[in-house]
Amino acid sequence: MFELLGIPPQALFGQLLLGLINGSFYALLSLGLAIIFGLLNIINFTHGAQYMMGAFVAWMLLNYLGINYWAALFVAPVIVGITGVIIERLLISRLYHLDHLYGLLLTFGLALIIQGLFRNYYGISGLPYQIPGVLSGGQNLGFMFLPNYRGWVIVASLIVCLATWFIIEKTRLGAYLRAATENPTLVGAFGINVPRMVTLTYGFGVALAAFAGVLAAPIYAVNPNMGADLIIVVFAVVVIGGMGSILGSIVTGFGLGLIEGLTRVFYPEGSAVVIFVVMAIVLLVKPAGLFGRAA
Amino acid sequence: MMATDTETGAGVGPLVQSHSTSTPRHHVAIFAGLLVFGLAAPFLLYPIFLMKVLCFVLFACAFNLLLGFGGLLSFGHAAFFGSASYASAHAAKIWGFNPELAILFGTGCAAVLGLLIGSLAIRRQGIYFAMVTLAFAQMVFFFSLQAPFTGGEDGIQSVPRGHLFGLFDMAPDLNLYFFVLAIVFAGLLAIYRIIHSPFGQVLKAIRDNEQRSVSLGYRVNRYKLLVFVLSAMLAGLAGATKAIVFQLASLTDVYWTMSGEVVLMTLLGGMGTVFGPIVGAAIIVTMQNYLATFGAWVTVIQGTIFVISVMLFREGVIGILSKALKKPL
Amino acid sequence: MKTTGKILGALAGLLMAGSAYATDVKIGVMNDRSGIYSDIGGEGSVIAARMAVEDFGAADKGINVEIVSADHQNKPDVGSNIARQWYDTEGVDVIADVPTSSVALAVNDITREKNKIFLNSGAATSDLTGAKCSPNTVHWTYDTWQLAHGTGGAMVAAGGKTWFFLTADYAFGHALERDTAAVVKEAGGEVIGSVKTPFPGTDFSSFLLQAQSSGAQVIGLANAGGDTVNSMKQAAEFGITQGGQAIAGLLVFVNDVHALGLDIAQGLVLTETFYWDLNDQTREWSARFEKTAGKKPSMIQAGVYAAVLHYLKAVEAVGDKDPTKVMAKMKEMPTDDPLFGKGVVRADGRKTHDAYLFRVKKPDQSEGEWDLYETVATIPADKAFRPLADGGCELVK
Repeated sequence: MFELLGIPPQALFGQLLLGLINGSFYALLSLGLAIIFGLLNIINFTHGAQYMMGAFVAWMLLNYLGINYWAALFVAPVIVGITGVIIERLLISRLYHLDHLYGLLLTFGLALIIQGLFRNYYGISGLPYQIPGVLSGGQNLGFMFLPNYRGWVIVASLIVCLATWFIIEKTRLGAYLRAATENPTLVGAFGINVPRMVTLTYGFGVALAAFAGVLAAPIYAVNPNMGADLIIVVFAVVVIGGMGSILGSIVTGFGLGLIEGLTRVFYPEGSAVVIFVVMAIVLLVKPAGLFGRAA
Repeated sequence: MMATDTETGAGVGPLVQSHSTSTPRHHVAIFAGLLVFGLAAPFLLYPIFLMKVLCFVLFACAFNLLLGFGGLLSFGHAAFFGSASYASAHAAKIWGFNPELAILFGTGCAAVLGLLIGSLAIRRQGIYFAMVTLAFAQMVFFFSLQAPFTGGEDGIQSVPRGHLFGLFDMAPDLNLYFFVLAIVFAGLLAIYRIIHSPFGQVLKAIRDNEQRSVSLGYRVNRYKLLVFVLSAMLAGLAGATKAIVFQLASLTDVYWTMSGEVVLMTLLGGMGTVFGPIVGAAIIVTMQNYLATFGAWVTVIQGTIFVISVMLFREGVIGILSKALKKPL
Repeated sequence: MKTTGKILGALAGLLMAGSAYATDVKIGVMNDRSGIYSDIGGEGSVIAARMAVEDFGAADKGINVEIVSADHQNKPDVGSNIARQWYDTEGVDVIADVPTSSVALAVNDITREKNKIFLNSGAATSDLTGAKCSPNTVHWTYDTWQLAHGTGGAMVAAGGKTWFFLTADYAFGHALERDTAAVVKEAGGEVIGSVKTPFPGTDFSSFLLQAQSSGAQVIGLANAGGDTVNSMKQAAEFGITQGGQAIAGLLVFVNDVHALGLDIAQGLVLTETFYWDLNDQTREWSARFEKTAGKKPSMIQAGVYAAVLHYLKAVEAVGDKDPTKVMAKMKEMPTDDPLFGKGVVRADGRKTHDAYLFRVKKPDQSEGEWDLYETVATIPADKAFRPLADGGCELVK
């Protein structure tokens, strides 16, 4: 049996698969950020908090209303998406005429508020959320034991990412969206309600974050801070990929998950920073990001 | 940074302009007033609290140099504040440096770090710049968490205050207070001088219209890098001093929430104003002090202040005051 | 008649309070009220301190106790700031609780500098009664030495010879791994590997997989709080305990187990010095605590109660609150309280009492929301804590 740098290939495949699972979350989150950025030109700092809200709403649905995981997978993103729509209408929409940095500051403040409120009401120990019955247990793949749920995370994330890509790149609605990104005034002149499109886009991006949150709930503790540190990593992912293309942010998300997975095997101490190191290298070599258009 | 913002051209900083290079008389008066207040305050208020305010005043002003006058929003300034704090604590505790040398050493470290991060970060503009600085700061955080000399979660504790120049005992709070006051005041004057120098004028030109500055022949990136390093260095000075005051360097100083706090201080006080960050820092530190018992509500309140500031008064406290008085402050 | 009695009693109380023997004591409960340790300490510790004051009947004994509280947010800078301010400007005599080792060490220094009293219950570091011991500090509930020896020693004795550590990559995690590994080796076990996990972490699957493929009998979790919860959760997911590997939590509290749920935590072995369901006294007290706090007490909250109670007894015995005298009294008087039983405060400030090795019950064994542990072994007080001579404390001659 051959070995790669002292690691048996089975173990390596296992770790790569795990990397892909983390990549699923990066991809979903960076995709949401990219869509929002594309149309609104703001960086949604609240994204991590909205991811956390997705997990919490799933928990609340289960514990207060008895709504199960599968329903929560649709209902929670819708609910969080609606809160996003409200936030956009009430607050963000008033900042479009200003520098983008105000959007960043506003959403940062909102993230603090949301996280603080959840901490006050639900503490920080984390709430338990069971893996749905159908997906409990796992498969012995020969090289590793893959919990069914983790497999589902990859599948679900891929489906949602590709569906989003398809809608934006291949449908009429997506065409309006892309057009509005390029020239909102012109699209408005064609009779399309651009402000509403902007609002719905924000809601959709937020819903993607919430969807990732629901996916995360059964495997990570449902905890008010779960999005706070993750969002910084996702920012780095976004800088690496550049926010120019939808497909780019999906590919970068999964790719960095893999790189991080490899680091965990060969140099676990460095796995927290590897994405930032990659970011530094990309900045040196291709400042606009791997898939970015030059600013 | 404003290059992409063509719709209205409204930038971050130039809400209150102060173009003249000569020092307005009321600025001299305000500085004098601040100094008098600073000298009298420790006899009225708790000196350690005042020293904390002073350190954050310097930090916020250093940050404002970059944001308000350079137009660059860094979301990673904690990296400089914190690493300087570690460096000066280490120098004072392990190497037995006198406080002034320890602080100098910490400041130097922050400047070097600023050069490293700055030269990469200025390759991107606007919000990308903010995200890049945030990501680098997170790297510095992880380094501080894991490096052996930083003491991980414990931080570097029991840092000796030592003897200034080997002569004056800094252990009594009042002695240390006047030393800190001198440092911070010198820092503020230095920032004031930078803003009103020809260099500062070019900075403001870049902030307001980068493309134009490029076409006028300015090497924009050099200016940006220099202001980044200066800001990092002064933030470091604040952090290094704080380590000596609290006899402690800890992860709080390098965590991203610290970067967020300094943004909040500057925003609340009024970015791009000379005195705004001073007021902003004083308000936030006082608030934290009195609300400490409210736990997580502090975060909620800070977030609320952020939202209100952005939505309702982007000029900040001093910006509004300055408008009302029709004088640049 | 009843009313008259009450009035007379109140009058007597007033007279006593106004008499020459009255002592005003201000106790500051400082802990995490919003973060990761707020459930094991937090407001619950304040409630516990208040219960101690009431149960002691401080008012009737001429001791006026005021309790204040603050949130140190697990940050040493915030904690030292509060401690200075409390001592310098607010007349606080005693600081109690203070979880998070980093903050505890900072408060330890300041308390010594200002000559006040520090009753620590929440912090883990054994340095508080070792290299950094102070004549002003009592460390009540538990420490890292005790956890490592309790869990490490007992697991090896129970047949868990080979160990693999998941270590949170910072000073605390390293220390916990080092201490436990030493115990494991001493007891005849073997450490076959360890992996340093980024702190704080959310995804431990990759590291758990490494632990799994190492084939170690025991996976030691040298981490705390959210890291422990997440690694436990994911260990269950990857079928690690079903695969025959045991998991040893080196710093796990009853609240963590409660949050995880028995499905996930079952079979976990851990050490604590207090559990609400130990005996009639602990059950009675915990029921009262639960009425106010809405949940069962953690060992840290129990420790705050017992420490404050012992402090008040010492104040009563001395007749005033002079820290040096009171501290001498606290160390001289044996301790006795309903929660930890009889014990002593040693010269190095270490309070000793029995410790317990618990195993988390299976869901079908549990009879209630908080019926979580079964006792595997009781470690007697003299074995549970580091011997006085080994700590390197300067107060021990």
